[in-house]
Amino acid sequence: MSQPSRLSRPTRRQAIGVTAGTLAGLALAGSAHAAVPSGQLDTHAAHDVPEAFDEVFQGRRIQGAPAAGHLHHGGGYGVRIDGQELHVMRNADGTWISVVNHYETFATPRAVARAAVVELQGASLVPLA
Amino acid sequence: MAVRKNQADLTATEKRRLVDALLQLKRSGRYDTFVSTHNAFIMSDTDTGDRVGHRSPSFLPWHRRFLIEFEQALQSVDPSVTLPYWDWTVDRTPTASLWAADFLGGTGRSRDGQVMDGPFAQSAGGWPLNVRVDGRTYLRRALGASVAQLPTRAEVDSVLAMATYDMAPWNSASDGFRNHLEGWRGVNLHNRVHVWVGGQMATGASPNDPVFWMHHAFVDKLWSQWQAKHPASPYLPAAGTRDVVDLHDTMRPWNNVTPADMLDHRGYYTYDTAA
Repeated sequence: MSQPSRLSRPTRRQAIGVTAGTLAGLALAGSAHAAVPSGQLDTHAAHDVPEAFDEVFQGRRIQGAPAAGHLHHGGGYGVRIDGQELHVMRNADGTWISVVNHYETFATPRAVARAAVVELQGASLVPLA
Repeated sequence: MAVRKNQADLTATEKRRLVDALLQLKRSGRYDTFVSTHNAFIMSDTDTGDRVGHRSPSFLPWHRRFLIEFEQALQSVDPSVTLPYWDWTVDRTPTASLWAADFLGGTGRSRDGQVMDGPFAQSAGGWPLNVRVDGRTYLRRALGASVAQLPTRAEVDSVLAMATYDMAPWNSASDGFRNHLEGWRGVNLHNRVHVWVGGQMATGASPNDPVFWMHHAFVDKLWSQWQAKHPASPYLPAAGTRDVVDLHDTMRPWNNVTPADMLDHRGYYTYDTAA
């Protein structure tokens, strides 16, 4: 339908620049992390807490920081977009997802926040029950 | 006995009756309770904590039960309706009849992702999104935009060949059939389809797009095909496993159904083609 204008814009993938395994692994029968035995994944997911960030990305302020109280969900890390919480979760292999991009993984909380900004196209997050 | 059919084989009348039943459930508010339930599990299922609906062995029996409940809700509106399945290894382009204006409508427009045709477009007035992660109240899709290709039959077959249902650590890092079908590892089947559709399907509130049900009906069918291929491979884990649903544990939110109760779908429905 509107393909010409889509082509003129950066794709989400280009805009974000970095993702974890899923997308890169799609075309291949065995992605990088499929090659790692699961036992190793589990232990070496031993989660260094990512550094805090605070930046403006495509006009939205994105912030991330270690956050006590979110241990259960976000692996001890909180992410906000324009001050509103983006529900994030850490996977056993150390990658991240959010409620906005729930079915693909990202290498860092910053990457998952940027992906959400692109997906939101200016819309505000609404609090989740 | 309900027969679940390939969506590509539905007659015009069958499509219309399914669409009408979906719209009726939406009007009554019952549809949105399913979206809420799904999202609540999406947000609480974690790799290191209690997990039931996703990233755990009960991903398949949980969704089987969830779909049965939804199918029964549809049938309370129109007893002739059953859930069709979408075989995305075959109907793998945005021009498939699934996405035509007489069924689910097509991909979203470039500017805001809004679906502009079919019965679920905002302009049709019958599909406001009430349970959502952001302020947008219209159905969105971006077919093939975030990931170009749907899984192929060969990729599906490679996962169906895995002989073990699931393995420790029983989460998104597990090896085995369940996690490769769910898509956290390997060729990525189920997760990739959510991402391929895009829009709400890529979010925790994915049942807002009615294609959710047809996607999961096909995932359910793949589980039954896997069972037929590996009759000696049981559901795992059997018992005594922390944070996950063992064979005879009950599953939230129903608390009266176990994976063992869900292993054979034939008491509830059959498929139009053999498993």
